[in-house]
Amino acid sequence: MSASDISETSRRDFLYVATAMAGAVGAGAFAWPFIDQMRPDATTLALASIEVDVSAIEPGMSVTVKWRGKPVFIRNRTEKEIEEARAVALDDLKDPIARNANLAADAPATDADRSAGDGKDNWIVMVGSCTHLGCVPLGQAGDFGGWFCPCHGSHYDTAGRIRKGPAPQNLAVPHFEFISDTVIKIG
Amino acid sequence: MSDGHSTYSPTSGLGRWIDARMPLPRLVHDSFVSYPVPRNLNYAYTFGGILSIMLVVQIVTGIVLAMHYAADTSLAFTSVEKIMRDVNSGWLLRYMHSNGASFFFIAVYIHIMRGLYYGSYKAPRELLWILGVIIYLLMMATGFMGYVLPWGQMSFWGATVITGFFTAFPLVGEWVQQLLLGGFAVDNPTLNRFFSLHYLLPFMIAGVVILHVWALHVTGQTNPTGIEVKSKTDTVAFTPYATVKDAFAMAVFLLVFAYFIFYLPNYLGHPDNYTVANPLKTPAHIVPEWYYLPFYAILRAITFSIGPIDSKLGGVLAMFASIGVLFLVPWLDTSRVRSAVYRPWYKLFFWIFVADCVFLGWLGSRPAEGTYVAMAQVATLYYFVFFIIIMPLLGLIETPKRLPNSITEAVLEKNQAGATVQPEPAAAAPETKG
Repeated sequence: MSASDISETSRRDFLYVATAMAGAVGAGAFAWPFIDQMRPDATTLALASIEVDVSAIEPGMSVTVKWRGKPVFIRNRTEKEIEEARAVALDDLKDPIARNANLAADAPATDADRSAGDGKDNWIVMVGSCTHLGCVPLGQAGDFGGWFCPCHGSHYDTAGRIRKGPAPQNLAVPHFEFISDTVIKIG
Repeated sequence: MSDGHSTYSPTSGLGRWIDARMPLPRLVHDSFVSYPVPRNLNYAYTFGGILSIMLVVQIVTGIVLAMHYAADTSLAFTSVEKIMRDVNSGWLLRYMHSNGASFFFIAVYIHIMRGLYYGSYKAPRELLWILGVIIYLLMMATGFMGYVLPWGQMSFWGATVITGFFTAFPLVGEWVQQLLLGGFAVDNPTLNRFFSLHYLLPFMIAGVVILHVWALHVTGQTNPTGIEVKSKTDTVAFTPYATVKDAFAMAVFLLVFAYFIFYLPNYLGHPDNYTVANPLKTPAHIVPEWYYLPFYAILRAITFSIGPIDSKLGGVLAMFASIGVLFLVPWLDTSRVRSAVYRPWYKLFFWIFVADCVFLGWLGSRPAEGTYVAMAQVATLYYFVFFIIIMPLLGLIETPKRLPNSITEAVLEKNQAGATVQPEPAAAAPETKG
């Protein structure tokens, strides 16, 4: 008698649990498209790469181009700027990682690893979006002669490395390559 | 207070017919006519009514503005200019809506401070208070997204910075930010969804307002003495007493509102927002709308790392915590006395807190450099100390003043104190008369 009671109850319990589970999975499946539609759509994701002719950019000049809705800084640095950046010891850096999409994820933030590399180390290409909250830093400003973000006071040096202020990381270096001596392809 | 039986008695046949089927008139009568309110409510208690009016103003002007606005990055800025120049009375409707947001926040800040001063959050009104904080959060979200719609420079960079908050969170941060933006930067998908949500949220606010008023009518209102209503002599009927007082306060408030609409329509805004959004150039000095400035100052005050939390995440957490702490206020305040009127020390610290919030607001409008940062850190420290240390501790060590036995006694005592000033002329009167 009591044994059959228990088996009756547990069968009913199983139905309750199974119904609730099916309901939860169904609710989740129903909710997903509503969340999914908020993610970047196909046109946004289509990784548009751009080509920039930098033949007219003399040392000490910069150009800002728009890539994926964000500004990208391309600067032909002066000798003085390069020397200043090279003179910095890695221990002095707030973020010792290069943040260079063309290199390994743990590459150190030396000036060479931040720049366009051997023979092109006067060139620096970075996403001009402050790693704090995304404002566009001003060029050749701030305490280190590099970039200065006016929003919350982050100072970057001439290699785009964060030196002072609330930003946690160095300015990001995107995927790019020189497809000829004077043309950079970003993306 | 609410458990008194209904005094509504429909006089007409139609009234009785409706009352038997769907007694909405009875609900209105019981809630806003015969509803008993404490007899000693002062003008600080009129801001609830003012806030309801402001919500209606914002919804009505907003619906009309949406008929002329285009939520597309190539059209948004010019469509707002078209509203200002070409749409009949468009300038008036837009100024009502943009200044309306500011006055909505002025009213809500007075309303919140009144609650903190008179201890309106204490048992049994914890849920009433929490619903209020939820309304405030929804207001902040609505105001923020509304500010993005004109697609000016401040719109764009405000949206960039505020959605950037989420990148501070490890692992999921970037994903959440892209979910909010619908891309890698603020762009057309962002504007579209913000417009949709800006239209939706006010109706959610209206829904929570109904719960807020419901909770209020279950527990009854507090009053400046903080003593619960004990007898019928402690209360007066909502109509005409509270209705007329609320109406007068509304008229004065709307007069100031009108002054701003007609004479200072852009005083509370920012000139940079009349420049069309440019994703490649951040304005030299970006600030949020004035009503977010204290929180912005708290965000920027954290310039140092705390253990594994870097300064960026620390700032964002401090900013969220500054609002989150409001949810805990009913349990942080340990005093058995509700009203600051009878709490000399709490009163002092409360007014320092008010001054601190205003100071933080001013600091939020300054650049984040030099002494401003240090001042913001001190002000932020006091903001949290007030809630987390002063509130619990003061309840345990403070000696409150003697409480009157009832609201009636408090009112009569006050009237007598006023009357004792005049005994001389009163005594002199019979002589001169004779």
